[in-house]
Amino acid sequence: MTAPAPVSGLAPRAALPAWLWSRLGDMLDGPFRAVQRQVGAHRMAYVFLLPNLLVFGLFSFWPMLLNFYIAFTGGQSVLLAERPFVGFDNFRELLACPSYLDPKSCPVAGFSFWTGIWNTLFFSLVQVPVMIVAALTTALVLNRDIRGRGFWRAVYFYPVMLSPVVVAVIWDWILKRRGILNAVLDDAVSGWNGFVATGAGHVAAIAVIAAGAGWLVRRLAAPHLTGQRPLLAGTLAAVATAALASVLLTSAGLTLPDYRPVNWLIDVRSGWPMFWVIFVYTWGHLGFYMLILLAGLQAIPRDLYEAAEMDGTSKSRQFWRITLPLLMPTMIVVLVLSLIRAFQVFDEVYVLTGGGPGQATKMIIQHVYESAFIGDAKRYGIAAASSVLVAGVLLVLTLAQLAATRKRAGG
Amino acid sequence: MTIGWKSTGLFALGLTAALAAAPAAAQTVNLRYLCYADANECDVARDLLDRFEKANPTIKVTVDKVGFAVIREQLETRLQGGEAPDMARVTNLGGLNKYYLDLRPHINAANWEANFATTLPWMRVGAADKGIYGWMTQLTVTGPFVNKTLFDQTGVKMPAAGASWDDWAKALAEVQKKGKLYSGMALDRTGHRFAGIAISMGAKYFDAQGNPSAVVDDGFKATAERVVQWHKDGLMPADIWPGASGAKWKNAGDMFINGDTAMHIAGSWMIQKFQSDVGDKFEWIVPSQPCGPAGCSAMPGAAMVAFKSTKHPAEVAKVMEFMVSEPVIKEYYERTVQIPAHKAVAEKGLNYGKDVGPQTQAALKQFTADFAKISPVAHQLQAYQRNVAIFNATVTYVAQAITGPLTLQQAYPKIQEEIDNAVKK
Repeated sequence: MTAPAPVSGLAPRAALPAWLWSRLGDMLDGPFRAVQRQVGAHRMAYVFLLPNLLVFGLFSFWPMLLNFYIAFTGGQSVLLAERPFVGFDNFRELLACPSYLDPKSCPVAGFSFWTGIWNTLFFSLVQVPVMIVAALTTALVLNRDIRGRGFWRAVYFYPVMLSPVVVAVIWDWILKRRGILNAVLDDAVSGWNGFVATGAGHVAAIAVIAAGAGWLVRRLAAPHLTGQRPLLAGTLAAVATAALASVLLTSAGLTLPDYRPVNWLIDVRSGWPMFWVIFVYTWGHLGFYMLILLAGLQAIPRDLYEAAEMDGTSKSRQFWRITLPLLMPTMIVVLVLSLIRAFQVFDEVYVLTGGGPGQATKMIIQHVYESAFIGDAKRYGIAAASSVLVAGVLLVLTLAQLAATRKRAGG
Repeated sequence: MTIGWKSTGLFALGLTAALAAAPAAAQTVNLRYLCYADANECDVARDLLDRFEKANPTIKVTVDKVGFAVIREQLETRLQGGEAPDMARVTNLGGLNKYYLDLRPHINAANWEANFATTLPWMRVGAADKGIYGWMTQLTVTGPFVNKTLFDQTGVKMPAAGASWDDWAKALAEVQKKGKLYSGMALDRTGHRFAGIAISMGAKYFDAQGNPSAVVDDGFKATAERVVQWHKDGLMPADIWPGASGAKWKNAGDMFINGDTAMHIAGSWMIQKFQSDVGDKFEWIVPSQPCGPAGCSAMPGAAMVAFKSTKHPAEVAKVMEFMVSEPVIKEYYERTVQIPAHKAVAEKGLNYGKDVGPQTQAALKQFTADFAKISPVAHQLQAYQRNVAIFNATVTYVAQAITGPLTLQQAYPKIQEEIDNAVKK
């Protein structure tokens, strides 16, 4: 056993790891040379890929194959041996609808599936543009030399690090009927009404209206009158308005009706549940796309902007003519990634609204989950067939991304 | 070198001692009990099982305390996948029948038959099934809890015994209006609670052959129409039935505790929770079961059952036998404040202790009285193997008639279609 010889140029503390690293290299050198002799140098890349490929195959490809197989089987058992082959029956059941645009015309499996599909499509088509605009705006602001830039970048990125369930639970606390938002709005209304009731608020409101009227009259009179006369006219108008308002405007007129808490997540016909689902999902994922766009923005050469400045190009023109075209490849990546992820939305929505009210926010993955695991009849076949159909949609989106990226790259 | 030999000798001695102790450790049997709690059921079970373990040092029972949703949504998949616990507390009594362990070879079957005669059939399938699979952790009876303080404060007269569901709805609407309440009446989001009302309204659920071939009959429709209308009128809150999709289960207990509703239609298992969480904030009572044209029926269930996938059937049976031994089961029912399902214990009476106030005693008395009035249809539905499919279909589609995508007329055939799918598959 020989002591590690000092590696020249390294401090003694760093010498040990370097020596261990070198020994490890020596140990692996022999076996790898033997492998290389067997497979040839040009095939060594596959040897290095093999460990990752095994993990990927075991946890991604194998479940995909199983899912594909289950899509063509029936019964309620999770064990493959107990699942009879039923051909395309599950797909037929999902697609046997008089009208895909009217899910309630479908049998129960198709009703749930098409409701999920349309809700997911609506969600994706609204949420993705909203998120891209919000992420781009945030990235543009955080790309500037503002105070505490690092802090703000961390603030916007922070929700990405939270579990989707945690995000949903936080917003549930805020949005439920007895939640923070309703409490704040209730306090604001009560506070305003209390302020008005004391008389001070009444006087303050009249003073604001009178001052506004006085300022307006003064501005209108200024071109036509000279000296102190516009000021005098304004003052007279303010006094007259104050007198009139004190007669017409009682405290009761300024009082707001009592605040009735809104069921933000379950108000059946209001549209609020879908709005909040989109808002919360965007809040939770914005930081990720902002970071990608920020990287894209920083890759744009500064000298282009300097040249534009010298030519006297306005900021908005710089954005449309330099920033946006050069950011387009990154934007396409963001668009496709966010579209795919929006199509897979589940956790946040399931915790936040449970897919309700009714089925207003039920997404396609929730349909898959519920078909397989909720209820007395475990319809693994229907769930797997639904997944295969959704995978088809995602495949199209992915191919579109590849095509768009190649086109931009001129490939 | 002398020290080296000594060290080696000591090591050898230690190794021999460890090996000698190993057979005793290897004999220890570890069992798992998957338990959900409405209040303190799992904690009480843990406490009692500690005593069992002390008396049986070779058997260890781990109580896995989980939410009801885990039992409802994951247990059967685990059973199918061979990853099941040895025992669990379940409500889908007949539906999980094929996974149950028949305890008869290991227990005093005559004692079980004598004391659980009414409820053992709920876990069996068909007349030929004589197995003993578990014991009811409570004799549940569905029914309403009423916030009496709100009735007193608003001066609304509470409907008397024998009053109909419509009488109650009218009175509760008045309480809601006068008391500026968020809701008058809240119904747990489950077809099980719905079924109690529907049976009172005349729902039969089964045909002459005992099959659920025409569940949506006049009694069922009368209940569905009322539930939809009560939501439209604002008597029932948007938070529960409309507040989720599919068959997702939702409990309205918190609304009752917070004073947001004057009535909560739940069942006897909520007594312990209301006793501890409502405290003296307001006075609550359990009135006589509201009635319909066909009677005043409730719905009866949760049981501790054993699974045949266990590797230690004899030890599992030993645990079950311990839990149903008279002093233990008596203590369990008393501490969890439940109606006893054990005949001998029920006959001798329970002492719920000084912590159980007069209103809880009265509630227990009322629910016990209601149990006697439960319709045979309710017993049949409780014992039906695929009753969960009926309950889930009810919630899924009646909720959509409340929220709007479907009318009731469109919902009815979908309810039957889903039940038919579950039955034939």
